Amino acid sequence: MANYSEQEKAIREILPENTVKTLVPQEKVTRDVKFTPPRYRNEIARYIVHRNGKCKLCGKCAQLCKYNVHTLKPGYKYFGEPNNHLCIGTSCEKSGHYCIANCPNGALELKESSMYKTMGDYRWPADLILATWKMAETGDVPDSAYGYNYQCGNSGGGFDKLRFKFPDKPPVKLSEDEIDTSILLNKRDDGRPKIKIDIPWYGGGMSFGSVSNATQLSKARAAVAWNTFTCTGEGGYMERMRPYDEHVITQVATGLFGVREETIQRVPIVEFKYAQGAKPGLGGHLLGDKNTVAVAKMREAVLGISLFSPFPFHSVYSIEDHMKHIDWIKHVNRRALISTKVSTPTDVDMVAVGSYSAGTHIVHIDGGYGGTGAAPDIAKKNIAMPIEYAIGRVHNFLTDEGARDKVTLIASGGIRSAHDIAKAIALGADGVVVGTAELVALGCIRCSRCESGRGCPRGIATTDPELCKKLNIDWGTQRIINLYSAWRKEIVRILQQFGMRSVKELRGRSDLLMHLDYSNDVGVKK
Amino acid sequence: MPEKYHIKTQPVPPRMPRIGKYGIVDWREDCACCHNCVKKACVYDRYRQEADYIRSLSEVNALFFDCMGCLSCVQDCTKGILKMAVNPEYEKLGNSYWTADIIKTTWLQAETAKIPVSGAGYRGPFSGQGFDSMWTDMSEIVRPTRDGIHGREYISTSVDIGRKLSYLDFQAGATAKNPHPLVSIPMPLILDMTSDVHTLPQLDEIIIQTAVNTDIIAIIEWRNKPVDEKKLEHIAFYLGPDSPALPNELLKKTRLVEIADSPRVADRIKDIKAIHPKIVIAIRVDLAAGGIERAIELAQLKEVEVIHVSADLNGNEIGAAKPRFIKDMLRQIHTALIEKGCRDEITIMAGGGIALPEHVAKAIICGADVVTINLPVMIALECHLCSSCRPGMTCPAKLEKIDFQYGVGRMTNLVAAWHDQLIEVMGAMGMREVRRLRGDVGRAMFFENLEKETFGKLFGTRKSN
Repeated sequence: MANYSEQEKAIREILPENTVKTLVPQEKVTRDVKFTPPRYRNEIARYIVHRNGKCKLCGKCAQLCKYNVHTLKPGYKYFGEPNNHLCIGTSCEKSGHYCIANCPNGALELKESSMYKTMGDYRWPADLILATWKMAETGDVPDSAYGYNYQCGNSGGGFDKLRFKFPDKPPVKLSEDEIDTSILLNKRDDGRPKIKIDIPWYGGGMSFGSVSNATQLSKARAAVAWNTFTCTGEGGYMERMRPYDEHVITQVATGLFGVREETIQRVPIVEFKYAQGAKPGLGGHLLGDKNTVAVAKMREAVLGISLFSPFPFHSVYSIEDHMKHIDWIKHVNRRALISTKVSTPTDVDMVAVGSYSAGTHIVHIDGGYGGTGAAPDIAKKNIAMPIEYAIGRVHNFLTDEGARDKVTLIASGGIRSAHDIAKAIALGADGVVVGTAELVALGCIRCSRCESGRGCPRGIATTDPELCKKLNIDWGTQRIINLYSAWRKEIVRILQQFGMRSVKELRGRSDLLMHLDYSNDVGVKK
Repeated sequence: MPEKYHIKTQPVPPRMPRIGKYGIVDWREDCACCHNCVKKACVYDRYRQEADYIRSLSEVNALFFDCMGCLSCVQDCTKGILKMAVNPEYEKLGNSYWTADIIKTTWLQAETAKIPVSGAGYRGPFSGQGFDSMWTDMSEIVRPTRDGIHGREYISTSVDIGRKLSYLDFQAGATAKNPHPLVSIPMPLILDMTSDVHTLPQLDEIIIQTAVNTDIIAIIEWRNKPVDEKKLEHIAFYLGPDSPALPNELLKKTRLVEIADSPRVADRIKDIKAIHPKIVIAIRVDLAAGGIERAIELAQLKEVEVIHVSADLNGNEIGAAKPRFIKDMLRQIHTALIEKGCRDEITIMAGGGIALPEHVAKAIICGADVVTINLPVMIALECHLCSSCRPGMTCPAKLEKIDFQYGVGRMTNLVAAWHDQLIEVMGAMGMREVRRLRGDVGRAMFFENLEKETFGKLFGTRKSN
């Protein structure tokens, strides 16, 4: 592995202001969609097609099915197990190519999978997980024949009760090429780079330790492809991330694990993590089993012990202290933008304005229903408000204070789909941060066992050397690229329906939303 | 430095077969015998553990042990013969309020005394009824720790039970009024009487010993049974309308006693105080029709020190067609007492519907000084809440056979886990003392308020609720 740090160390002294822009050759990744099927032998599906002993191998099912559920591999005599995850199930009945009804021998049976019922939860129902897998596979939203609700979850509130009020027909007809989904991350005229990302979201912080390096690298490469960012989280900066430096946000959190001036100087954005939505006010927590040799080395910690990032920053007890923090980073890296990640207490609006006044470029609010690699159950549900409430408060308060167009507002904590992204923007955010959805694209089923033992058995949220092998970086990269592609297409469709040329026009347009539990008559003349 | 409050715990495994949420079933006899069985590759080693575990059972009735639900074996199986299912026994646990998930987490805490930790984000509904319609606050940059710099070890959870002076009056360098007697416990939790159906041998003794181990208090109905006088400090006898008379020598050795509400409650208090002036007396008020008004009325009597308001097991108003929830009733009582100017003089104990540790913090925010529980400690003993506790019915948890040490260990573990979680929530709020949390609704966010302030402005009137 190239020792990039040594290279930079030698050159740093001759650069002005002791500041290093990454000198590591940056890799390019294309954003082309490539069909990327799931990686398990038996994919989980909504329906199960069972071929019984009456099958005479006539092959009619394979001829009829346009979804490739039935395949006879060349040279094989018998059909393999049906590709259940491709089956559209009962919605096929009226299509004329329903294999179950058309099998001359009655050899095929269809039933709903018992596992479909065991999967998912209120926030991520099975439908949304399966739809996200499908998007990661194909790069577009699932065929309507599958009947998946890929737009929202089933939590009974917040985003799941918000809907867009689309006009009967778009006021202007726009092609996909005419629509801009980019957002600006630096709205201050402070001489720092005016960084623009091509899509209104970037990847959330996941530390090395909480997730595998294959996961981190897949996220980073997808960020390169889509000209957006990923975040290291608080767990050190892998040397293997260096070829993607220009698309990496490095995090400074209370434990300061792996934080060095040299790592801060690598990146275009540095994020202060004051709190995390899943465990606001409790700091970070990596359980001992996941503190492997590699993690301990990266974090400069003792092998096998639980690692806590205490809450809060014990050097920050006021906005003035916060400003000193920001000044420190700005001094260390003269080209970096500063992001401040906070949770959502009652006075989240005050916190946001305070952070803006301290000099941050990005205010990142992380709602109470955000993701985590490990958190006390009591924290996930009960502390701090959901992001849906916080976005509007912060947006309005920043507007009232005259600061709204000088700071970028990023929301996270339960953003699961393109529609969630669009709703968050309509409520007032400039863009969002996503995390769990990326992991779902990599095959996560949200079993909530990220913290157990050696970690995730799917090689996503683990640093166990054996389990890590289960996730291939190229496959992971393409799955996330595909998911991003599907989301962007869906956001473009939303903007097309409103006749908007830019996602920036959607910001704060809460008048385009309705809530299923409300009268929705504000501003309507009675 | 004073000794920190710490509950000593040790793991107490369950007596009964474990009931896991998920299980893997083979649904077709179509094994390829590939000798590469994914069961062996379970990263949690659950198959081997399950086999060993089931062999260790006296009767084989644990088909679902503790599958982690990762689906790896299902997806890797060569022939696709494995399927995951939700355990029907798991789904039978509890009821709509005391859900299977609550029972499972309570069992886990009773076994390990640890705070439940998991990966991924919150999985539940956006909000819900009762305590699920509020969120506790946390402190952020501008006020990271409102009570000053501290670690969790400096958070105090101790409370004083009794009547307090609203102010001190000094004359000639000394206080003019003598303070009322107070009972201090290191955690705002009291073990309440169990329901009538839970009449197990040794149950009172187990609960009392748990109170001793955790240095809190247990309310035990006085039934004229022998009692270990060394433990009287941790017992509050309940003297109901039909209870036999409590001997004066026992009364004089107790710190707290609870009496039933009655029209002549003030006289009853005077009678007890005449025997033992330093005792603290709580009055139990059922939150049935008129219960809230009665609690407010009692709080204004100068003789009254402590009021114990009690909702039904699910936290609802007792016997009401459209019951109010304990959280709302507490807020009503608390606010009324503030308006009457007597809130700080009275201690409010509240019980009913307290199922999880967050409910303790939330009940305190709504106005309780101390929270009382009974069902959670029964669930700690592996109770299924199956409502089969009647003569002739078989208890699936065989509660009638519990061992004293087992019972005490499980209950102690649960109280310890709850204490640790209370500390977590308080740490997040930046609170250093639980006494300061009482009635501090500024440390909480309520669903109806957030909806009104946020979505009400955008979308008009909320249709439901």
